[in-house]
Amino acid sequence: MAMMKNITIGQYIPGESIVHQLDPRTKILATFLFIALLFLVDTFTGYALGALLLFSIVLLSRIPVKFVLRGIRPLAFIIVLTLCLHFFMTEGRVLFQFWFLKLTYEGLIRGLMMVSRLILLIIGSSLLTLTTSPILLTDGIESLLKPFKVIGVPAHELAMMMTIALRFIPTLVEETEKIMKAQMARGADFESGNIFQRAKSLIPILIPLFVSAFRRADELATAMEARGYRGGEGRTRFRVLRFTRRDAAALILITAFVALVAFYC
Amino acid sequence: MSYIYNAGQPMAHEALRNVSLTIEDGEFVGLIGHTGSGKSTLVQHFNGLLRPTAGTVFVDGVDIFGKDVNLRKVRQKVGMVFQYPEYQLFGETVFEDVAFGPKNMGVPDAELPGRVDQALALVGLDPGLKERSPFELSGGQKRKVAIAGVLAMQPQILILDEPTAGLDPKGRDEVLSLVAYLHQKENKTIVLVSHSMEDVARLAQRLIVMARGKIVLEGPPEVVFRQADYLEAIGLGVPQVTKLLQALKKQGFAVDPDHYTIEAVEDEIVRLLETK
Repeated sequence: MAMMKNITIGQYIPGESIVHQLDPRTKILATFLFIALLFLVDTFTGYALGALLLFSIVLLSRIPVKFVLRGIRPLAFIIVLTLCLHFFMTEGRVLFQFWFLKLTYEGLIRGLMMVSRLILLIIGSSLLTLTTSPILLTDGIESLLKPFKVIGVPAHELAMMMTIALRFIPTLVEETEKIMKAQMARGADFESGNIFQRAKSLIPILIPLFVSAFRRADELATAMEARGYRGGEGRTRFRVLRFTRRDAAALILITAFVALVAFYC
Repeated sequence: MSYIYNAGQPMAHEALRNVSLTIEDGEFVGLIGHTGSGKSTLVQHFNGLLRPTAGTVFVDGVDIFGKDVNLRKVRQKVGMVFQYPEYQLFGETVFEDVAFGPKNMGVPDAELPGRVDQALALVGLDPGLKERSPFELSGGQKRKVAIAGVLAMQPQILILDEPTAGLDPKGRDEVLSLVAYLHQKENKTIVLVSHSMEDVARLAQRLIVMARGKIVLEGPPEVVFRQADYLEAIGLGVPQVTKLLQALKKQGFAVDPDHYTIEAVEDEIVRLLETK
């Protein structure tokens, strides 16, 4: 059960900062621009400027830097692996040799660059979820996907599915804990045995969990229909997204920055 | 004993504060309290599902959080029926589900059918249901299968957390008479968690009332129910029939308000009418 507490994917930290108050569409587009920048740039100056941009946004959002950096921890293994692979697998001028491992100059540069790119990518995208509530985020996605409806993208349905999925994560976590306890009270053991025994010991948790997830889904569908839900067509909104002058300014600023950095670095 | 959820985190919540209690062998204890009073948290300590933040739990004189204690053995001795236990059914057949507990406890396969038959008979289910899928059964039958799954471990102490919640009156009566039978005929120690005063009043020998993580009242039902005003202040109440007697007494009638079952109150009122 301790494992469940460490899930921070899509965690949102409520706040009143200017970053929080921006329209979610602005933030989603800005994030995409930032990611594009990371793939266009391949100099350390470029990454440093990207990091500077990110750092100033973190400061503006008033989210503790420690919290932002925490997003990297789950990916530490991948970062180290990337670093090692690039360090030792790239052909080039050998700087240092130990047994069969050769550290090359090219490898060193490539490795450091890939890792900077990775870290900036993680922080940039987690900043989006840290400052945008899940509901606003899905509203923003729905609104941005709307133009693609002509080619058959079910924008509203996708957004509704995301909202419901996010809404039910805590419920399912709670349900899982309850079922685990009940089966433990009947002597179930989830910790010992080999991998097959352990997988088998999950059956008494998974089956009740699926049964209750389907039951909840069914009840939710009935409750939604009872309140007149008929899909996205003609549905008005309680929270209307407003693209203000501030959003335009933010977007222009970031676009200009990204364009300049991508062009010169 | 104390218990704090999410100890050391900003979301920390103290669910139990210095709770101390003893339950005797063969006793029937009713644990009552408003939602969130800590009663479910408390009973989850009795079989080691939760580990107290401070303090400990003794079962038969043994500290269950001690070094050499096998928690599985403790859980065999202290059976626990959770709220809405039918949501934990998973077996392909009723037999498989009921046999899950005893199997985990190391009961040999040859003894399993006997255990299952016995448990199903106790809860009053037709043995013909054994090969059916538990998911095909009615709500009340599912609840009984789930209870049988705990009884099949033959626990000496049985904890039931709101076993009648969501059942129709008939199902409720059946579950309560099963609990009474287990206590009287099988000499099991019972802890019944409930917020229905009527249910616990009829069965329990001793009531423990919890509020905000503490034990606030304790004693035989008639003594606890004398504190009607206090019970109402913490979101509980007294059985309707006891309320009636207390109201009569206030009006100046010569009744003894220390009764809490329909039968006893009926006798009391008949007596009152006769003496008039």
